[in-house]
Amino acid sequence: MSRKLLLNNIHVEGIHTYDVYRKTGGYAAVEKALKSMSPDDVVEEVKKSGLRGRGGAGFPTGMKWSFIAKPEGVPRHLLCNADESEPGTFKDRYLMEKIPHLLIEGMILSSFALGCEQSYIYIRGEYMYVLRILEKAIAEAYQNGWLGKNIKGSGYNLDLSVSPGAGAYICGEETALIESLEGKRGNPRMKPPFPAIQGLWQRPTVVNNVETICAVVPIVNEGGDAYAQIGIGRSTGTKLISAGGNINKPGVYELELGVSVEEFIYGDQYCGGIKNGKKLKACVPGGSSVPILPHYLVCKTAEGNDRLMSYESLADGGFANGSMLGSGGFIIYDEDQCIVRNTWNFSRFYHHESCGQCSPCREGTGWMEKVLHRLEYGHGKMEDIDLLWDIQRKIEGNTICPLGDAAAWPVAAAIRHFREEFEWHVKEPNACTTRNYGLVKEKVFEKVNA
Amino acid sequence: MSEQIQKITVTIDGKTVEVDPGTTILNAARQIGGEVVPPAMCYYKPLKGSGGKCRTCLVEVSKGSEKDPRPMPKLVASCSTTVMDGMEVKNKSSERVVDARKGVVEFLLINHPLDCPVCDQAGECSLQDLAFEHGADTSRYEFKRREFDKIDIGEYIKLHMTRCILCYRCVYVANQLTPNREHGILKRGDAAEISTYIQNSLDNEFIGNVIDVCPVGALTDKTFRFRSRVWYTKPMDASCDCGKCGGKAVLWMIGNEIARVTARKDQYGEVEEFICNDCRFNKKDLKDWNVEGPRKISRHSVISTNHYEKVAPAHTPLLNKA
Amino acid sequence: MENQNIENIQFPKELLDEVQRAVSSFPEGKQKSALIRTLHIAQAHFGYLSTPVMDYVARLLHIQPIEVYEVATFYSMYDTQPVGKVKLEVCRTGPCMIEGAEKIVSYIENKLGIKDGETTSDGIFTLKTVECLGACGYAPMLQAGEKFHEHLTEEKVDALIEQYRLKPVANYMGQE
Repeated sequence: MSRKLLLNNIHVEGIHTYDVYRKTGGYAAVEKALKSMSPDDVVEEVKKSGLRGRGGAGFPTGMKWSFIAKPEGVPRHLLCNADESEPGTFKDRYLMEKIPHLLIEGMILSSFALGCEQSYIYIRGEYMYVLRILEKAIAEAYQNGWLGKNIKGSGYNLDLSVSPGAGAYICGEETALIESLEGKRGNPRMKPPFPAIQGLWQRPTVVNNVETICAVVPIVNEGGDAYAQIGIGRSTGTKLISAGGNINKPGVYELELGVSVEEFIYGDQYCGGIKNGKKLKACVPGGSSVPILPHYLVCKTAEGNDRLMSYESLADGGFANGSMLGSGGFIIYDEDQCIVRNTWNFSRFYHHESCGQCSPCREGTGWMEKVLHRLEYGHGKMEDIDLLWDIQRKIEGNTICPLGDAAAWPVAAAIRHFREEFEWHVKEPNACTTRNYGLVKEKVFEKVNA
Repeated sequence: MSEQIQKITVTIDGKTVEVDPGTTILNAARQIGGEVVPPAMCYYKPLKGSGGKCRTCLVEVSKGSEKDPRPMPKLVASCSTTVMDGMEVKNKSSERVVDARKGVVEFLLINHPLDCPVCDQAGECSLQDLAFEHGADTSRYEFKRREFDKIDIGEYIKLHMTRCILCYRCVYVANQLTPNREHGILKRGDAAEISTYIQNSLDNEFIGNVIDVCPVGALTDKTFRFRSRVWYTKPMDASCDCGKCGGKAVLWMIGNEIARVTARKDQYGEVEEFICNDCRFNKKDLKDWNVEGPRKISRHSVISTNHYEKVAPAHTPLLNKA
Repeated sequence: MENQNIENIQFPKELLDEVQRAVSSFPEGKQKSALIRTLHIAQAHFGYLSTPVMDYVARLLHIQPIEVYEVATFYSMYDTQPVGKVKLEVCRTGPCMIEGAEKIVSYIENKLGIKDGETTSDGIFTLKTVECLGACGYAPMLQAGEKFHEHLTEEKVDALIEQYRLKPVANYMGQE
C-alpha cells in the first residue's frame, strides 16, 4: 500500500471536527512553524520538498512563493483556489469536505511563509455545502486560537475567510479567480503583470490549489527533504487522483507519484480494473483538458516503457504520444465509448465556459462544438476533420489564458489518435448513431522527437 | 536625475528603432510606421487598459532581448507586450503570425453579419480593412450566425450588437470619460453582448465617443444613419468654442450641409481629442464652426476617392462656395 | 413568484447581517468583493434576480447597477428569470455522460413533462442541465439546492422528486 500524507486519517470518525483533528496530530505543523521557524524557513522547506502545483500546471510551489513582491507597507494575499471545475476532478471537494482543518492548517502555514495577514479560500459556488463545512471549521479554528490576532502568542496575525464563486470554470484560472474575488466577471487578466506583483486589489498575491496548500502540512511536519524522498524524480510526494469513468472503483486515491498506470487502473487498492470485464479503449489521465491516450499508450509509452503516474512519465512522448498529469482527473473509457461523442461533450463544456473576452476562444470553441455535433450525429463531411484540426490549431497558444489551449488539446489528441473513428462517423452516418466504433488500431510508432 | 532616459533598441521585420523603456511592441512599430505595424482592433491608445482581447496584433518575438536572446514560445499580443533592449520581432515576415492572424480574422467574421452594403461604417470600418488585408477569400463557417435586435441607446446612438466584435472599447470610454458607467458586457462566451440591460438611454455628455471608438458598425450616430456613404462626404477640420470639450472636430459635409460631426482621428483611427455630445449631435450648422480646411485622408482610404482636396484646397474659404 | 415591487425589495435583518459579515471579511472600500455572495443570498431569498433585486444589491454595496448586471449574467448559477422552487441541475459532462446522464435527463423530462430549462406548471421543479459539478466518481448526479444527489438511478430520481414534491425546499443553501 502506498504511503499517505493527506488522507492518512481520512477514515477516523469525526475527523472533520476540530477536536478529533487536533487529537490526531492536527495543527502540530503550525505549532512547530510558529515556535521554531521563520517564514523563510517554511519557504525553504517547501522548496526542498520539490512540491509542484497540484491544480494542473505543476509549477514548483516554492519557486512561485519566492516570486511574491514585498513592497513596504503593502499587504499581500494568499488565495486558495478551490474552484475545482475541471471535468474528471473531484479531489479538492473530498479533501475540504472530509478534513477541512487540513486546508485551514495549510493556509495558516502558507500565509505565515508568505507574510500574509488576510487570506481567502475561493470556492466554486456549486460547492456551497462545502463552504459551510469550511466556515464551521474556520470558526472552530478561531475559537481555539489558530486564527485571529497574535496566534498562540507568536505575534503573527491571520484572518481567513471563504468566498464563493457562482458557476464559471474560468475562475479556476488564477487571474480570473482574482477578478471574481474582486466581485467582477471572471475575465482573465493579461500577464504581465503577474499576480505575484499585482494581484488581488493590485497587491502581491499568490494563488495555490487546495491540495498544494494541504501538502504544506506534512512538509512542515516531516521536513522538505523527507517529502522529497517520496515519489520519483522531479515528481515528489503524493498526489490525489480523482478516478472516474468505466472502472470498478471510482473515487479519490492518494498515491505516491511513480506508481505504474497499469497498477493504478487494474490494482485492487485503486480503480480495480475496467467495469464489466470490458476492454480499455482510452484514458484521459489529468482532467478533460489534457490529451486523451488510446489504449496502447496508456500503460506503456511509445518507446515501450512502463508509464507511471508522474508529471514526467505521463508527458512522455510529448503531445504526439503522451499526455499530462494535470489536475489528476483520471477518466477511463471502455470499448463501448464513442470518442467523437466524448470530444463533442468536452467541446460543449469549453464553449459553455469560455468567458468571451478574446476572439479565438470566444468564436472558436463554439465553432468546434458545432462541427463535432454534426460529426457525432452523422451529418459530417470528411473535410470537417481537417477543419476541426485547423480551428484548434488557430486557438491554441493564441488566447489570453490557457482555456483556449484546454479547449484545443482534447480535440487535437482525439483526431491524432482516433482519426479512423472520426472518418467512420462520416462513412457510416447511420451506423454511427446506433453503435460504437470500438477500439482503434494500434499505430506503429515513428521515432518521436522531443 | 536630469540624465536622459536610456533609449532601448528593438527590431521589427528587420527595421530597427530606438524607443523609451516601457513602450509596447505595437507602439514601437508605429514609430517605424508602414508595413511593420500590426493591426489592432481592440487596443486604443487613449483608453487605459484597452487591448489584448482581439488577438489581431499577435507577433512573433524571435529574440527576447540582448540579455536573454531566447525566443518567446508563443505569439504575443504586441499591444500589451513591452519591448526589451535588443528584442527582435517578426510581424508580417513570420509565417506563424500571418497564419494566426488569418485565423483571428476568420474567427472575428464567423458571427459577423457581413452587411457592409447597408452598414454606415463601410468605408471606414476597421474590420473591413482587416479582412481585406489579412483575411481569406471565403469563409468555412456553415452555421447560423449570432443575431441580436437593433436597439436605441438614447436619442442619438444606435446599437447594432450583431456587428459587435466585443473589443470593449466603448466600455472603457464609459468608464473613463463619464461619471457613471451605464452600459457594459452582459452574459459570456459567444453569447456576450454590449448592453445597458434595462434599455437605459445613455445620455451622458461624452457618451457619443463610443461611436468614434467602435471599430465596426455596432455603434452608429443616429443623426447620420443612412444619410450617405462616407465616401460621398467631404471631411473638413473645424473647431468651435465649446465650454465642455476642446471643440476640435471633423465635419463630414454633403455640399454645404454638415452630415455628421466626429472627433479627429489619427492614421490608426484613434481619437486625438474626445468631443462632447453637443458638438457631435447638435451643432449641425456651419455658423457653429470655424472651418480650418480639408481633413487629410490617407490615399489608401476609399474616402479619398473624392479627390476633393484639389477642388477645395486648404485656406480656401469654404462657406461661399457651392 | 414573489412580489417584485420595488418597495418590497428588502432583506430581513438576519440576511442584512449575513451581507455585512461578507463585506467585513474584505478590507475597507473593497465591499464589491462581497457581490457574488450577496447575489447568492438575494437569489435564495427572492427566488431569482429580477432587475429591482439587482438594483437593491447595487445600492447595498454602493456600486453601479450595471456592475451587478454584468456579474449576474456572467455566472451560470444565477437566474435572472423566474424558476421553480427546486432546481434539478443534472450534470452531463464527461464521466456523467459515460454513466448515463442523458438517460436521467430524459427520464426526468418524461416524468415531469418539461424540457431542459423549463419549469413545471405547479412552479415546483425546474430542470436544468449543467456542466461538471465535481462528482465525476459518483456519476450520474444532480444538484438540488445545495444538495448533491449521486449514483442516480431511475428509482432514486423517483424518490427524490417525491420528497421534493412533498416538501419543496427553496433553492436556499443550507436548508436541508
